[in-house]
Formats: sequence, C-alpha cells, structure tokens
Amino acid sequence: MSTLMKTEVRPEEHPIAPFLRMDRMPHIWCPTCGIGTVVKCYATALGSSGVDLDKAVIVSGIGCTGRVAGYMKLDAFHSTHGRAIPFATGLKLGRPELLVTVFSGDGDLAGIGGNHFIHAARRNMDLLVILVNNFIYGMTGGQNAPTTPLTAKSSTMPFGNFERPFNLPHLAASCGATYVARWTCLHIRRLTKSFQEALKRKGFRFIEVIAPCSTLYARLNKLGTGLNLMRFYHDNAEIRHGADTRELDIDFQQKLVCGKFVDEERPTFLDMMQEHYRRILGDKYKPMPPEGGMIHG
Amino acid sequence: MKTDPAGVLTGTHYLDGDFACGEGAMAAGCRFVAGYPITPSTEVVERITRRFPMMGGTFIQMEDELASMAAVVGASWTGTKSMTVTSGPGFSLMMENIGLAAMMETPCVVVNVQRGGPSTGLPTMVGQADMMQARWGSHGDYEIIALCPRSPQEAFDITIDAFNLAELYRVPVLIMMDECVGHMTEKVVIPPADAIEIVPRKLTTKPPGEFFPYRVNGGTVPEFARAGDGYRFHTTGLTHDERGYPVMSVECQEQCVRHLIDKIKKNADKIVRFEEEETDGAEVVVVSYGITSRVARMGADLARKKGVKVGMLRLIVAWPFPEKRIRELAGKIKGFVVPEINYGQMVLEVERCAAGKVPAIVVPHGGGGVHDPNEICKTILGVAR
Repeated sequence: MSTLMKTEVRPEEHPIAPFLRMDRMPHIWCPTCGIGTVVKCYATALGSSGVDLDKAVIVSGIGCTGRVAGYMKLDAFHSTHGRAIPFATGLKLGRPELLVTVFSGDGDLAGIGGNHFIHAARRNMDLLVILVNNFIYGMTGGQNAPTTPLTAKSSTMPFGNFERPFNLPHLAASCGATYVARWTCLHIRRLTKSFQEALKRKGFRFIEVIAPCSTLYARLNKLGTGLNLMRFYHDNAEIRHGADTRELDIDFQQKLVCGKFVDEERPTFLDMMQEHYRRILGDKYKPMPPEGGMIHG
Repeated sequence: MKTDPAGVLTGTHYLDGDFACGEGAMAAGCRFVAGYPITPSTEVVERITRRFPMMGGTFIQMEDELASMAAVVGASWTGTKSMTVTSGPGFSLMMENIGLAAMMETPCVVVNVQRGGPSTGLPTMVGQADMMQARWGSHGDYEIIALCPRSPQEAFDITIDAFNLAELYRVPVLIMMDECVGHMTEKVVIPPADAIEIVPRKLTTKPPGEFFPYRVNGGTVPEFARAGDGYRFHTTGLTHDERGYPVMSVECQEQCVRHLIDKIKKNADKIVRFEEEETDGAEVVVVSYGITSRVARMGADLARKKGVKVGMLRLIVAWPFPEKRIRELAGKIKGFVVPEINYGQMVLEVERCAAGKVPAIVVPHGGGGVHDPNEICKTILGVAR
C-alpha cells in the first residue's frame, strides 16, 4: 500500500469550493461520470472570467446534467424537463442585466427541449448553453437519445440504434448561434478556455461537451469504464477549429471532431428589440430597465 | 401600494373582455408577457403588445405554450410581474409548468379564454369545460386560485385581483374567462392609478447568509429573493426543504406539499368570493359563473314569474370553492341548479358540499353557445316541485 493512500487528506478547501454548494456534497453522479469535470471547468471559468457572480444565474432541466444547477452556488433553477431554455429566457427578459447559463444534458436540451433550442438560437437569445452529451438518457436507465450514435446500444434499442442522431454543433450553427464549440471532458484546459471566452460573448452561445456515462452507455456497449472512454477521447478526438459544421456527425466509436466552429457577433434578441423600438417609436419607447420590470414601493 | 401610472389607461372605454383583461394586467403592473397565439384569447396579448413598449414591458411570442409558461415562471423569479394568455389546447400544454410554478411558489397569472373542447373543439366558440382542469390539471397535489369574470369590466377588475392574489399566496392564479365574455364589448371604467392598489413582491430583508427560500416564518408564504440580488438561492421542482434543496423523503414530502395545500385551504375564507341575489328564503339556488351567470338570471326570472323563490349565487372565485356557504344553503333550500357550458363540472363541487341533503342538478350545455333560459327555468321548476 502506498504512503499516499495512508495520508490523511487535510481539510483544505478545494479551489472551486466557493462556487459549489458544498453542503450538498456528495453529488449524485456515478464514479467516472464526466459531468463533474465539466462543472469543474465551468466553475474555474466563472472564477477567472471576473463576471459578477451575483448577476450570474444558472438554469438546468431534468436528468443527470440537470442536477448541475443544484450544485452551483449561484441563483440556481432546477426547472422542468426540456424547459431550461424558455425558463432562462424569462429570467433574461425579466431582468436583462443577468448573465444566464443553461446547463443540461443532450436528452433534455436536444430531445424534449429541441424546439426551444432551435428557437432560442434563431432569436439569438443571450444565453450560454452548455450541453453535456453522454449519448444516452442516463438518469432513467440508458434509453435511446436523439444523440445516440447509429448502431450503439441503449436499453430501448437493445439491438442497436437505427435512428440518425443530431449533429448538434451544426444544428446550433444553422439556427443562428453566435458561438459554437465542441469538446470532450478530457479537454480540460481547452474547455475551460472555451467557457471563459463564451462567458464574455453575447448571444446564443452553444458548447457541447462529450462526456462518459460508464454506468449505462459504456456498459451497454461494452466499452469499459469512464477511464476507457477518456482514453478513447484521447486517441480519437481531433481538434479542427473552424471546421465545416456539416462534417461534425458523430459515428459510433469513430473520430470526434472538436474545436471552436463559430465565433461571431450578431445583435441579440434584446438588441434587436430595443433598436427596433427606438427607431420606430423614438422617445415614446421605454425599455425595461436592466434591473428588471419589478414595480417598487 | 399604488400602481405604476404608466400602465393605467384611466377613462371610460368601450372594450371587449380580452382587451379589458389586457388593460387590467398592465394596470396591475404586469411587465412581462410570454404567449403563443390561440383563438379566442389572442386579443389580450394584441392589446398588451401595442402599449407595452411605452411602459417598460417586454412581450415575447414563444414557440409554444410549454415555453410560454416556462418563460413566465422564469421571469417571475426576477420580481417582474408576469403573465401568459391562452385557451384550451394551450392550457393543456401549460399544465407542466403551472405545476412547476405551484411547486416553486412562483407568483404568476394565466388567462384561459375558454372555448369548446375537447381537443381542438370549437376554436371560435364558447366553452366552460376547463374548470376541473384548472383545479386538477397538473399532476400531483397542489392548490390553485381561479377567477371567473362575467363582463369586460369584471375582466379588468379581476385581472388586477389575480395579480394581487398571486403575490399574496405565491401561486399561479388562473383567470378562467370564456369566449363570450372575452369577445363581448361593453363599457369599462378604468380608474386613476392612485385608486388602484397593488400588492408588491414581498422581498426578504434578511442578509444572504440568513435567508432560506422556503422557510415559512409564521406567515402564509416564505419571503422572496429575486434572481440577481446576491442571495445565491436554489429552487427546484423536486420536493424540497426550507433551503430549496431536494429531499426525497416521506417527511419532506409531507412538509413541502402540505404547505402548498394549507396556504390556500387555511386562507380560503379570505380568498373565496361570490355574489348572492335573493338567496334569503329561496327554495332553489342557481349556482353559476362567467357568461352563464347572465343567462341564468333570465332563467331565474322566468321561474320567479311562475312563483318559485329563486336565489342566485355567482362564483367570482371558483377555486377555492365556497364550501361553507354552499353547505349552509343546502340546509335551507330544496335544491341547487347549476347551469354550465360543460356536461357537469362545478356541479360536482356543489353536490359534494350539499352532501346528499338536497339535490344539485346540472343544466348541461356542450358548448358553442349559451343556454336557452327556458331550459334553466325548467330545471328550476323541476327542483322546486
């Protein structure tokens, strides 16, 4: 037995502890699940980007990644399945100065919430959308997702998936997202940097993070554990910034193209609305103040 | 407190119920509306969108009613008074996030201008068949407040009441209008802003470290912290403790859900509202609401001419239901007659409260029109006999 294992861990605070609800630890995620890594990168980015944390709010839907909002020490909303984006839209429009992040899974955002996803991108709603893609419905027991690669097994496609999955960066980009990136949760530095960058941008910013689900996806597909999947990412991820998003399909256990694909500036929903009303209505136009439309005493 | 004058169109107007409802919302301080077009409710939003940019209000047409309701709940957490407007099919889609609003104790207002159903039903024609859906539509146990205006003037007044009740009890408040009232044009008097009392969001005064988002300190509802004020609170649709943290236990479920029920049930006397007419010494009492209350009066008058002593009880607040009053009346009369534009919904409540003492007879109508007063009269005569 190594001396390291005998060493008692001193009760030092982890650098990202101030960003987490430590009173809710331990979290519910399985050993070697990738979501925690993504949370770590997001918290690090929040800390280093210098954003006003009092104005930073986070919204999740339902599912494994849907639990993220519950662990972040921000104003945090654990909403309904698929509705994180419209819920976040209400927060942003009700108090325009908020910095709103949506943090949820592939089933939540691209499955049941797919309609909201495309419309928020079309409107260029000012939201940072972080989607953790583990290719499967984890919390409910490994059912097929709109991201499950062709031929991969899931609990509801025991003979392998025959439905074509989404190419999410392409979906986001073609609907008008102003920032689109994909990483795996092995790319800790690049992912953190991407979060930092996206936190500073405006508009609909979409970051897909491929993450291992060892309990279900890996087990059903005999891929080993999360560690094996991380090794797979290491060997098969290919960074191609600016790649044509049409070429970002993910095939079962094939190469994973990562990188930043879109980074452009375009007026957000609120920019468009305010500029339009100012032009048409002139002085009569009274926009909602940045601190919101609450009527004070 | 007095309302923001920017939203108040003081004066005497000739408005339909939908427009009056929109005016009521703006007068009540509503500054965020999310909606999806649906007949016969869209005019509420059309009225609001013409005036919102001049008063700091934001409207967004969402991709569907699921999104509209979710956006309303989100916006309310910023302290901005929020509303959505719909009709039957959209109301069905909103049930998911009405449940979320109930669970998160989020003040908001949902207007349902009822049309004939089920399914697509009669898009342009009247119905009153969503009354039980209003009460029970979202899954799980919760209490709700629902109001039923009978006229454009009342649509205006009741909409202000709805926003105030939503704040007082931190619940979604439903305005169960009907297509007839929504599309009926009458005189509407809008008072000056300094005559309109509104209930502001009750923000906590505690510092962030001492604030618990779901701690009820002897009051009816917990204090509120809005998003962006540094409280770093958590809220969820899961069963939660006073910290707003999920707790999956029998004890926490009892505490959490019991509170959602009790805050309305224990205050029902303060919330319940109805109007009575000639119920003293009545043989038969007609219980009705919305447009049907106006037709029911004609039916009652016909029966009165035939010598029957007919009382009227009009529900202004349908949920919570005026249980006590119906029980009292049940001990004094021969029976209730309940005309409604459905095949028997609120009559079930009347029957429950009458508890077998006297009959409660529905005068059903499938929708698309209002009752023939003669039908109501006939039922009254039958009960009086």
